[in-house]
Amino acid sequence: MIDDFLFRALLGGIGVALVAGPFGSFVVWRRLAYFGDTLAHSALLGVALGFILHINLTLGIIVICQILAILLFVSQRQRQLASDTMLGIFAHGALSLGLVALAFMENVRIDLVAYLFGDILAISNTDLGWIFVGGGLALLGLLLIWKPLLAITIHEDLARVEGIPVDRINWIFLGLIALIVAVMMKVVGMLLVTALLIIPAATARRFATNPEMMALFASIIGCLAVGAGLYGSFQWDTPTGPTIVVSACLIFVTSLVLPKAGS
Amino acid sequence: MSRLLLEVSNVDLMIGKQLLLQQINLKISQGEILTIIGPNGAGKTTLLRVALGLLKPTTGTVTPAPGLTVGYMPQRLHLDPTFPLTVRRMLALACKGDWAKVIPLMEEVGATHVLDSPLQTLSGGELQRVLLARALVREPDLLVLDEPVQGVDVHGQVELYQLISRIRDQRGCAVLMVSHDLHLVMAATDQVLCLNQHICCSGTPESVSNHPAFAELFGPAAVKHMAVYVHDQNHHHSHCESCEWRGKK
Repeated sequence: MIDDFLFRALLGGIGVALVAGPFGSFVVWRRLAYFGDTLAHSALLGVALGFILHINLTLGIIVICQILAILLFVSQRQRQLASDTMLGIFAHGALSLGLVALAFMENVRIDLVAYLFGDILAISNTDLGWIFVGGGLALLGLLLIWKPLLAITIHEDLARVEGIPVDRINWIFLGLIALIVAVMMKVVGMLLVTALLIIPAATARRFATNPEMMALFASIIGCLAVGAGLYGSFQWDTPTGPTIVVSACLIFVTSLVLPKAGS
Repeated sequence: MSRLLLEVSNVDLMIGKQLLLQQINLKISQGEILTIIGPNGAGKTTLLRVALGLLKPTTGTVTPAPGLTVGYMPQRLHLDPTFPLTVRRMLALACKGDWAKVIPLMEEVGATHVLDSPLQTLSGGELQRVLLARALVREPDLLVLDEPVQGVDVHGQVELYQLISRIRDQRGCAVLMVSHDLHLVMAATDQVLCLNQHICCSGTPESVSNHPAFAELFGPAAVKHMAVYVHDQNHHHSHCESCEWRGKK
């Protein structure tokens, strides 16, 4: 007998894990982990925006993530500061600005812990809609730019010389990342989004001999982590988002003793 | 007169307050091999990037012939170790479904044995050969090679340069390449351009290796075994001290 909320949690978690697999793989290949993290840190600012404009909070987060992605893209092209410095400024600036903005709204009380670490057990049908429609669209978008994105991952200048619209593809990719980061927030929270992107992908690496295989395995491993995390959280009454991430880490560590693909 | 493929004229490049390239002129025509040599930091790769249209010059123009197809071979790939990609897959991406072209090219460069290896496991020479095959997939009019023999032992370097001139002979394409190695490249090139922000000097390797100053510097034995570019005395720039590096080789 599965409780309704548990079923929704499992469904939402699996939806997020499926999307996170392919995106997480690109995040790992292109060393964008900190980029995703920075976007996630702006979530509270999105929540504040949602309250101000009286729009859906997830939509507010998506809007802010998109704006931040654009700002990051533009500022990285200036190359005035090292990109990790730049990302650090944006990440913590956005997080603090979000907290300050929310403090100004006297009649708004939010469950901060839920935003920081996720609140998968409180997933509503609307949230599921966001996950499956938003995540589905993001996956479709990724599929459309898959080949040029692989070419850019191999060598950006080479792709450019061969006529691939590198800037446009990068824009689209970062926009999609911003979208899924916003959607994933509900499940693992802003501080753990990156974990669900990169840990399954890093685990999948050992068993994959081509990019598609790695993306697929990352999705499957993510689903396992979600399942195990939910079970563990239910069993031991631990916070769900962190338990999912702990499960992902355990799967990663366990995978190290398994033989590598092709060797 | 063979077709002019690419012309770089009066190019200056400033990045920030640094002048990286100054008054660069170069022309490359069909069937010609032009090698840019110079010390580290001379702007060789930068000049290639300008010629490829990846960097916009501050002043001056870069004019490719209409419809020019360029095959580019970068210095190296910076692939993350987590990126699972075999040579076969990379070539499949590059050939856009026309796989029949790939195998003969891989045979030509002598790299069929690495087809199923992950890119990260290739040796320097293997990777250069694979990247060369990859550049040839596009049937380029102009091959642009950034340090094509980097990380390859001397024996392999000679072979690679021979391969490059054979490719030129068979296809009639032009080659624009960068090298910081002076000796071995000389046998494989038609024109040499010595770069140190500006063009210190340029000409055919023969005219240069027969230069009296060359024999003086390296002795007659050196003349026999290698051709090294030496400055034209009439064209001496007093601010070109860096060309002293040739003496150390």
